[in-house]
Amino acid sequence: MGDVLFTSAIDGLLIGVIYGLAAMGLTLIFGVMDVINLAHGPLIALGMFGVYLLFTFMGLNPFVAVAIVAILGLILGVVIYFIAVNRVIDAPPLSSLLSTFSVNMIIIGIGTALLSTSSYNVDYSLGTVNLGFFKTPGARIAASLVALLTTALLYLFLYRTRPGKYIRAVANNRISAELMGIPSTRILALAFGIGVMLATVAGGLIATILPINILAGGSYELKSFVIVVLGGLGNPLGALIGGLILGLIEGIVPAFMKTTWVPVIEYVLFVLILLVRPQGILGAKE
Amino acid sequence: MKRLFKPGLLIPVVLIIILAIWPLLSGNSASSREAMFTLIMSMALASSLNIILGYTGYVSFGHIVFFGIGGYAGFWAITELGWHILPAALLGGLVAAIIAWLLGLAVLRLRGAYFALATIGILEAMKALVINLDFLGGPVGLEMHFSEYKRYGGPMQSLWMVYWSMVALAILVVLVSYFVKTSKFGLGLMAIREDEDAAEVMGVITPRAKTWAYVLSAVFPGIIGVLFFFKNGNIEPGDAFRLHFSIEWIVMIMLGGAGTVLGPVLGGGLYQWLRKTLLTSPFFKDYQLVVAGVLLLLIVLFVPTGIIGWLRARSHKLRRIFE
Repeated sequence: MGDVLFTSAIDGLLIGVIYGLAAMGLTLIFGVMDVINLAHGPLIALGMFGVYLLFTFMGLNPFVAVAIVAILGLILGVVIYFIAVNRVIDAPPLSSLLSTFSVNMIIIGIGTALLSTSSYNVDYSLGTVNLGFFKTPGARIAASLVALLTTALLYLFLYRTRPGKYIRAVANNRISAELMGIPSTRILALAFGIGVMLATVAGGLIATILPINILAGGSYELKSFVIVVLGGLGNPLGALIGGLILGLIEGIVPAFMKTTWVPVIEYVLFVLILLVRPQGILGAKE
Repeated sequence: MKRLFKPGLLIPVVLIIILAIWPLLSGNSASSREAMFTLIMSMALASSLNIILGYTGYVSFGHIVFFGIGGYAGFWAITELGWHILPAALLGGLVAAIIAWLLGLAVLRLRGAYFALATIGILEAMKALVINLDFLGGPVGLEMHFSEYKRYGGPMQSLWMVYWSMVALAILVVLVSYFVKTSKFGLGLMAIREDEDAAEVMGVITPRAKTWAYVLSAVFPGIIGVLFFFKNGNIEPGDAFRLHFSIEWIVMIMLGGAGTVLGPVLGGGLYQWLRKTLLTSPFFKDYQLVVAGVLLLLIVLFVPTGIIGWLRARSHKLRRIFE
C-alpha cells in the first residue's frame, strides 16, 4: 500500500507540473490584463495537435516539435489579442469572457470539422525509468523536466529582461506604466502571446504522454481554473504549486475512493477557495 | 391593467404567441412543433438568465446548472415516484430555486470575473457529483419507460401538452422579466449593475436583491429542464450540465440585447433560427460552431448592446416601444 501510494503520488506530481504550466498561461494573462481566457482549452488542444502533426508527418522528435509549437503559439496569441481582446480590454468582464469564448468556438469548430473528435496518439516512447522503488515512463519525466525548464525561463524572462519587466510594470499599474513611456498595447499583446504559448507548450507536452483529441483541452482548461484559484489569480509561481497540489490529489485520492470522485473534490475545493480565500493560498498577483 | 398594454410587454408576448400557433397553421405540424419548441424554450431560458445577467450584471456562466438540477428532480419524481408531469415540473422549479437561494447567499458575494468562475465551478462540481450518485443513474442517467406517455393519452398528446406548457411558461417568464424591469426591485438590480457600492449607499439592500434576482432567474430553467427531459425521455449528466449550452444562452442575450425585455426573446429566436439554417445547409453543416463564434465575436466587439440596445440608442420613439 505505501509503495503504491508513493508511486502514484510521484506520478501525480510529474503530471502536476504540466498542469501548472498550462495554468501559468491562464494566470499570466489574468494577472496582466484581468482577462480570463476562455479559449485556453482549445489552445492547449492546438498545442497537442501541433506536436502530433509535426511528429507524425514531419518525423520530428516531439520535444523539438514542442519548441516549434511554442513559437507558433506565441504568434497565434498575439494575433488573437489584436483580433479579439484589444477592443474589449477596458470593457466589463463579460465582454472579454465572451470574446475569448468566441475564439474557443471558432477553434473547436474548425478543429472538429478537420480532425473529428476521435482520439489520436503520439507514438513515441523513451522507455521506462526504473529507480528500484519507483518505475515510470521516461517520456513522462522528460515532459515534466521541460515544463520545469519552461517555468524557469519564464521567470528569467519576467525578472531579468526589459520586456519582462515591462510586462510586470503593466500588470502592476497600466496607466503609470504608460506614463513611463512603456508601449502598453504592444506589451499586453506580448503578455497574451506568452500566455497562449504556455498553454500550447503544456498541450504539446501532454501529447507526448497521453492520448489526445480536439476536445481534450476542455478538461485541462477546467483544471487550470482550479489551479489558478488555488495558487491565487495572477500569480505564476502559485500556479506551479497549485498544479502540484492538483496532481497530488489526482494521484492519491483514487487509492481511497472511486476515481470519479476526484473531480467532485477538485471543483468543490475550487468553489470553496473562491469563497473563503479568493486571493488563493499564496495570495493574488504581486 | 394599464401596465399590461404597454408595447414593451405586448411585442414579446405577441411574438411568442405567433410562433406558438405556427405549427397549427403549417402543414407538417410535428416537425414545426419541434422547431418552435426549441425556439420558444431558448427565448424563455435566455429571458430567465437575463434577470441576473442583464439586469443585475452578474455573469452566471454556468447557469445551466439549474436546468440540470430541476430536470433531475422532476425526472426522478416522474420515474421513481410516479408523479404527473405538471407537479413534477413545479418540483423541478422549486428545487432549482432553493439551491439557487443557498448558493446565492455564498457566491453572490463574489464580483466580476470571480463570480463567473465560481458559477463554472459549481456547474462542474454538480455534474461530477451527479455522475457519482447511483440513485440518479450515475453517468448513464435516468430513462423513462415509453408506457409513461399512456397516462397522458399517448405520446402525441404528451408532446402537445409539453409544448403548450412551454408556451405558457415562456409568456410567464416574459411577464416576470417585464415586471421586474419596471419595478422598484428591478431599479435596485440595475443600480447594482451600474455601481454596487453606490447602490448600497443609496439604500438598496444588495445581498437580498441579488439573491432574489438569482432565485428568480433559476426557477424557470428548473421547470423548463423537467419539460425538456420529459419530452426527451431520458436525462444524463452530459446533457443536463453542458457548459456549452449555458454559454449559448449568453450569446442569445447578447445578440438581442442584455438588460432588455425583448432582447433575449428576439436573440433566442434568431440564434436558434440561424443555427437551424446553418445545420441544414450543406456547406455550413460542419462549420456552424465557427459561424456562431464569428457572430458572437462581431457582436461583442462592435454591437455590445445587442440589436434592441442598438435600436433603443438610435431614437426616442423606439425607446418607448422596446423595453
